[in-house]
Amino acid sequence: MFYVMPDQAVSLRGLRKSFGPVEAVAGIDLDIADGEFFAMLGPSGSGKTTVLRMIAGFETPTAGTVELGGRDVTRLAPFERDVNTVFQDYALFPHMSVLDNVEYGLRVKKVPKAERRERALDALRSVRLEGFEKRRPAQLSGGQRQRVALARALVNRPRVLLLDEPLGALDLKLREEMQVELKAIQREVGITFLFVTHDQEEALTMSDRIAVFNQGRIEQVGTPAEVYERPATAFVASFVGTSNLISGEAARTVLGREGTFSVRPEKLRVVLGDEETGPDEHEAAGTIREVVYAGPATRFVVDLDAGGRLIALQQNLQVSSMDVTGLRGARVRLVWHRRHEFPIDTPAEPVAAG
Amino acid sequence: MTTITTTAAPGGMRRRAASFLHRHAGVRLSLLLSAPLAWLGLAYLGALAALFVTAFWSADVFTGDVVKVFTWANFTDLVTGEVYRTITLRSLGVAAAVTLIDLVVAFPMAFAMAKLASPRAQRWLVIAVLTPLWASYLVKAYAWRVMLSADGLLGWGYGLTATVVTLSYLWLPYMILPIYAGLERLPNSLLDAAADLGARPWRTFRTVVWPLTFPAVVAGSIFTFSLSLGDYITVKIVGGKTQLIGNVVYDNIGAANNLPFAAAVATVPVVIMLIYLAAVRRTGALENL
Repeated sequence: MFYVMPDQAVSLRGLRKSFGPVEAVAGIDLDIADGEFFAMLGPSGSGKTTVLRMIAGFETPTAGTVELGGRDVTRLAPFERDVNTVFQDYALFPHMSVLDNVEYGLRVKKVPKAERRERALDALRSVRLEGFEKRRPAQLSGGQRQRVALARALVNRPRVLLLDEPLGALDLKLREEMQVELKAIQREVGITFLFVTHDQEEALTMSDRIAVFNQGRIEQVGTPAEVYERPATAFVASFVGTSNLISGEAARTVLGREGTFSVRPEKLRVVLGDEETGPDEHEAAGTIREVVYAGPATRFVVDLDAGGRLIALQQNLQVSSMDVTGLRGARVRLVWHRRHEFPIDTPAEPVAAG
Repeated sequence: MTTITTTAAPGGMRRRAASFLHRHAGVRLSLLLSAPLAWLGLAYLGALAALFVTAFWSADVFTGDVVKVFTWANFTDLVTGEVYRTITLRSLGVAAAVTLIDLVVAFPMAFAMAKLASPRAQRWLVIAVLTPLWASYLVKAYAWRVMLSADGLLGWGYGLTATVVTLSYLWLPYMILPIYAGLERLPNSLLDAAADLGARPWRTFRTVVWPLTFPAVVAGSIFTFSLSLGDYITVKIVGGKTQLIGNVVYDNIGAANNLPFAAAVATVPVVIMLIYLAAVRRTGALENL
C-alpha cells in the first residue's frame, strides 16, 4: 500500500506463440519501464518481431498475457490498444498526402479539425519535414518516408511506440544519422520506445536496455554495457560483438579455473617483447595466425598454445600497416586484466556467428 | 561491331542475322509485332470498320439485298424510335445491375481469397473461381433455365430478373479475378497500419482498401459491363419476351434480314463502351486489366 511500483509501460508474462508446429515465441517474461528506449535484439527467426506484433495486437498469443500500463490487453484488437507502430516498410498510405497520413489517427479519433492540423504540423516539424505536407509518399526519399511514419505514429501520443527494424531499409550514412535523431526525438517526447533490430551496433548505440533473443527466448536483459561487457551466455557473447571464449584446457592452464570465460577483443593486449605483466593480469602465449589491418585498428587472430583461438583488437596508435603485416607466424603473449574476464553460464557450444 | 560481322565464321548466317537484329532494335520489334498487328488490323479493326460502313447502307425492303448507298436512315430510326431508346436504356440498366451485383458478391470473396486464406487454400480458391469458365456458356445458361423454370429449383420464371441473375452468375469470375489481383498487390502492412492507428475494419475498408483497389474494381466492371451489354444468348434462353440490344441485332440479321440496321444497332454498345473506357481511363483501371 505504501510503496509505489515503478510504472511499467509493457509487461509480458509467459508469452508464447506457435505457428502450426513451429514455436516462434517460447515463453517470454519482460518488463519495460515508462520512458525507456528498449531494444529487442536477435537474429532473424528469433521471435522478436512476433513479440512486437503481439504487443501491437496483430497476433494473438498462444499463451501468456500482454499488459500495457497495467491493463491486460492480450485479447484486444490493435485499434483498442494505446500503442502505435512504425513499420519496417513504413506502410504509408500511398493515396494520401503526407499531411493526411499523419492526420489519419487523429481523424479516426475525431479530434477537431483545427487541433488535428496543429498537432500534425507539430509532429512533422519534430521530424524536420515542414514543407512536405502536400507530397505523396512516392515523392519522398527513404529517410523522409521513415520520418513520416514516425510522425504518423507519434502524433497520437501513444503509451508505447513500437518500431519494427525502423532503420533497416536505410543506407549506412542515413542510418547513423537517424540513430542519433531517433534518440533525440525519444528524449524530447518522453514516450516509451520499443524497437526490434538484428543490428547489434544499433541496439548498443540507441537503447537504455536490451533484451537479446534467441530461438524464441530471451537470453539476457541489461544495459548495453552489461550485455556487451558481461554476456550471460555463449550466444550473447557471440551475437553481440566478437566472441572470445576461453574454455576447457585453456581455462585450466591460463586461468587456473574450470568453466567458460569471455574476454572482449579490445581488452586484450598483444605483447611481442618481454614486457612484465601486472599482478592482476592474466596472460596466454600463442602464435599469430592472421593479421587484419582495418584502418583505425588491427585485428590479431592468435592460436593459443593451451588450445583455442582468441581475437585481439589493437588501436593503431603507433603502428601502421607496414609494421603489422610481417607479424604473421610471430610468437606473442596476450595480456588482459582479470576484471575483464567473465564466466559464462552455459558451456560453450558452437554458435554460428551472427 | 563491324569487326564482329566480317570475321563471323563461314556458315554463320544465323549468327549474322542475330547480330543484325541485335543492332537494329526497330527491325526486331517490327518482326515480332507483325503477326499480332496483322491480326489486330485485319480481323479486329477491319471488322469494326466494315460494321461501321455497313451501318450507313440500307436493305432493299422486298429482296432483302444490301443497297450500298450512303444513308443516315438507320441511325435516324434508331434515335427517333421510342422502342430502341427503351431497349438501349434497358440494356444499360441490365449491364449496370449485373456489374453492381457482381461487385457486391465478388469483393468479399476476393478479399477472403487474397487476405484471409492460407497460400494453399488460395490456390484452390482461384481454381474454384476459374472452373465455371471451363464449362460451355450454353450449358450454364440452360442450367439456369432449368432452375428458373416454373417447376425448377428456384421457379422464378423467365424475364428481366432471370436475365440479370444469369448474367451475374456468368460474368462473376471476370469481376473476382481483377479484384483479387488488386488486393494481392495491396500490402498487408497497410491494413495493419490502419488498425494500429485506431481504424475499425469498416473504416479501414472505406479509407484504405477501397480507394487503393478501386482501379481493379473498375477493371472488373469493364468486363461485366461490356459482356452484359453485348449478350444475346442468355436473354434468348431465360429472358422470356425481354428485348435487349443483343437480341435486336440478332433478330435483324436473322428474321428481319436487315444487315445494315443490325450493324447500326451494334454500334450502340461499341459507342457506349468507348464512352465508358474514356471515362474510367483516368482511374488507372486500364493498367489493371
